[in-house]
Amino acid sequence: MKPHRRKKLTIILFIATGLSVAIGLSLYALSNTIDLFFTPSQIAAGEATNGQRIRIGGMVKEGSVVRAEDSLNVEFIATDYTHDLVVRYDGILPDLFREGQGVVVEGAVDNGMFIASRVLAKHDENYMSVEVKAAMDAAEAARAMPAGASNGS
Amino acid sequence: MVPELGHFSLILAFCLCVILGTLPLIGASTGNRLWIGLARPLTAGVFVFLTISLLILGYSFVTDDFSVRFVAQHSNSLLPLQYKITAVWGGHEGSFLFWTWMLGGWMLAVSIFSKAMPDDFVARVLGVMGIIGAGYTLFMIATSNPFDRVLPLSPMDGADLNSALQDFGFIIHPPSLYMGYVGFSVVFAFAIAALLSGRLDSAWARWSRPWANTAWAILTIGIALGSWWAYYELGWGGWWAWDPVENPPMINWLLGTALIHSLAVTEKRGVFKSWTVLLAIMAFASSLLGTFITRSGLLTSVHAFASDPTRGVYILGFLGFVVGGSLLLFALRAPLMKSEFGFAAISREVFLLINNILLVVASAAILLGTLYPMVYQAMSGGELISVGPPFFNLIFVPLMAILVVFLAMGSISRWKKTSAQYLIQQLGIVAAASIGLGVILPLVLTTEFSIGATIATSLGLWIVLGIVQDIRVKIANKESTLAGLKSLAVSYIGMQIAHLGFATILLGASLTSIYSIEKSVLLQAGEQMDLGDYHFEFNGTVPVTGPNYIADRATFRVFEDGEFMREMYPEKRLYTQSGSPSTEMAIDAGFWRDLFITLGEPRESGAWSMTIYVKPFVRWVWLGAILMAMGAVVAVLDKRYRRLKVRTLTKANAQSGAKQGDEYQPVST
Repeated sequence: MKPHRRKKLTIILFIATGLSVAIGLSLYALSNTIDLFFTPSQIAAGEATNGQRIRIGGMVKEGSVVRAEDSLNVEFIATDYTHDLVVRYDGILPDLFREGQGVVVEGAVDNGMFIASRVLAKHDENYMSVEVKAAMDAAEAARAMPAGASNGS
Repeated sequence: MVPELGHFSLILAFCLCVILGTLPLIGASTGNRLWIGLARPLTAGVFVFLTISLLILGYSFVTDDFSVRFVAQHSNSLLPLQYKITAVWGGHEGSFLFWTWMLGGWMLAVSIFSKAMPDDFVARVLGVMGIIGAGYTLFMIATSNPFDRVLPLSPMDGADLNSALQDFGFIIHPPSLYMGYVGFSVVFAFAIAALLSGRLDSAWARWSRPWANTAWAILTIGIALGSWWAYYELGWGGWWAWDPVENPPMINWLLGTALIHSLAVTEKRGVFKSWTVLLAIMAFASSLLGTFITRSGLLTSVHAFASDPTRGVYILGFLGFVVGGSLLLFALRAPLMKSEFGFAAISREVFLLINNILLVVASAAILLGTLYPMVYQAMSGGELISVGPPFFNLIFVPLMAILVVFLAMGSISRWKKTSAQYLIQQLGIVAAASIGLGVILPLVLTTEFSIGATIATSLGLWIVLGIVQDIRVKIANKESTLAGLKSLAVSYIGMQIAHLGFATILLGASLTSIYSIEKSVLLQAGEQMDLGDYHFEFNGTVPVTGPNYIADRATFRVFEDGEFMREMYPEKRLYTQSGSPSTEMAIDAGFWRDLFITLGEPRESGAWSMTIYVKPFVRWVWLGAILMAMGAVVAVLDKRYRRLKVRTLTKANAQSGAKQGDEYQPVST
C-alpha cells in the first residue's frame, strides 16, 4: 500500500472508531437518562415503579388546587377524566398553570401520590401539548364513549 | 387590497427565484455570458419583492388590519407599536417570511461583495441560493401564506401577541438568530457552486471564509441573545435548558464551528477539501432540520409553532431534495477533489481534525437526543418519552472538556509537522500552572474543594495561559512587546479573541452551575431572608398599570454583607387582552454575580411565594459569546483577504479567459 493511502486509511479508521465509540456511549447514556411518560390511568393501574423519575400529563382538575398557607407546598389533581392522580409540589407553579388546563409534571410516584420535581405548563393557550393530548386520547379511547367534546382544545 | 399586493409580490419573488435558480446555473455550465449576467439583477429583484412583501405585512400590523388572519392572531389594537412591528415574526407565517427575506438579504450581500470572484462562480452561488429561495417562497405560498384573509367576517380586534414575547429580547433575538442561521446557506451555496464548477481549490475556501465567519459570529450572538432572554424572561434562573428547539441552533453552531476550522485548513494547506464541503452541506441541512423541528408541530416546546402536518411534510420533502441532491453531486464530484496528505501525526492539521471530529460527534449526539423521543414514539406505537438535560450534559460536557485539552495544543502547534518535544517544551509550564491554579483558586476563594470547579478552572486557564504563551513565543524576538503585538496578523488576533471567549463561556457555564444558590420561600410584607452573603427584605407589593397589562410590583431592599446595596422590583403582570399572567424578574447584574428575584403568587394571607437566586459568573456565558463573535469578525477584517482577493481577481480573470474555449466543449463528467 502506498504511504499516503495508508495514512488516509489510518485517518478514516481513526474517525470511524471514534464515531462508533461515541454513538455507543450516547446510546448507553440515553438508556439511563430518558424519562418515560405515563397517564393518570397508567399510574392508577400501577404501571410506574415507585421512585423512578418519570413524567405524567393530564388536565388540572377544576377546584383541586390546594395551597398551604405556611409553606410553598401545593397539591392538585391531574386527571385524564378516567383516573385522578394527586400531585404534590414544593415550589412555585409556572405562569401558565391553571385549573382546567393541561399540565406536564416531572417527578416520581410515591405510594399512589406523585411527588413533582418540576411542573411544566403548556406555553400557548391555543395549543395542547403532545403529551397531554396523548393522555386525553388514551383515556377517551379507554372509556370508549363520546364525552371528549368538553375537553377539546 | 394592500395585503393582496404583499401576496402578489411574494409570488413575483417566487417566479424570480425560479428563474434565478435555473438560467444563471445553466449559463454558467454552458458559458452563456448573458445568462450568467442575469444572476445579479435577478437577485436584486428577489430582494426588492421580498422587501415589499415584508413591509406590507408590517404595514398591516401597524394599521391594525385584522382582516388579515396572521395579524388578527398575533396583534391587538392596544399592543405597543414596537411589538406591532416585531409581531411580524411572532408566529409561523410571518417569521417564515422574515426568514426568507433574510435569505434575500444574504443573496444581495453576496451579489454586492463578490466583485473579486469570477462571474460564473457568482452566478452559480446566487443560482443555488435562488433554488433555496424558490423552495422557501413556494412553501409560504402553498402552506403558510401570511396574507390570508378572514373575510367577510373580520374580527374587530386581534388576539394579542403572546405575552411571553412582549419583551425587548423578542425584538432582537429572532432577527439575529435567523440571520446567522440563514447565513450558513451562503457557505452551502459556495460549496455547491464549487462542486458544480469542479473548482475546489484554496481560492474557494478563501472566498467562503469571510462568509462562514460572519454567519457564525451572528449565529453565536443570536444563540447567546436567546439564552440571555430565556434567563431574564422565563424566570427559572437558568440560561440553557437543552430544549428540543434550542438544540437545532446548537447543532448548527457546532457544525459551523467545525466548518470555520476546517475551512482554515483547506485555505492554508489545501487538504480536507471534501470534508469541508461535506460540513458545509451538513451545516445547511441542520438549519433546515431545525426549521422542520420547530415548524412541524412534532414537539412541545417554548418555541414550537402550532401548525398543521402538511408543513412538516413539505419541509421534510425539501430537506430530502436539497440534501439528497447535494450529496449526489458530492458523490459525483468527490473523485475530482484530490487532497495531498502532507502532514505528520503531530501537526496543526491533526489537531484541527480532532477538533472537527469532536464537534461533529457532539452535534450528532445532540441530534440523537433531540430526535430520539420522536423515533421512540414511532417505533413503540405511541409511547412517549422525554430526553432532558441529564443526557445532554452527560455527553456534551466531557466532549467539550476533551476539545479544550486539544485547543491549546492545536493553536500553538505548526502546520505540517510539530515535534512532540516542542509541544511539551511550550505547554509543560502552561499545564503545570493551570492545574496548580485550578486547584488553588477555587479552594482559596470558596474554602471548599469541588472537583468540578477544579477541572473547569484548570481547563479555562489552560486555554488562557496557552494563548499568553503562544503570543509570548511569537513576539519573543521583536524589539519591544508593543512592536511584537503590532506585528501579529489580524486574523491571528481574531482567533485568539474567539478562543478567549470560549474559555470565558467554559468558566462561566461551569462555575455558575456549580456555585449558584437559590431558595424558594413564602414571605409576608416586612419579612426577610438571607441567601449567601446577601440579605433580602420584602416590603410588600403595590398595584401598577402598564399599556396593556396590570401588575403587582414588589419592593425588595437588598443588603450585601450587612450594608444596604439597592432596591429591586420584581412584577407579576396580567395581560388584559389575553388574560395571561407573566412574571417580570428583577435582576441585579454584575460581572462576578447576578441577584435574581422572581415572584410566584399571593396567598390568601397576603404572603407571596418567591424564588431568590444568587448566580456567580453567569454573565460570563454571554460575555464569552460576545468575545467569540468579535473574534470571528476581527478575523474577517484581515487585510490578507482583501489583498489576496485582488490578486485572485487578476488570476481568475486570466483563468476564466483561458477556460472560455474549454467551456464551449460538451461537458463530460
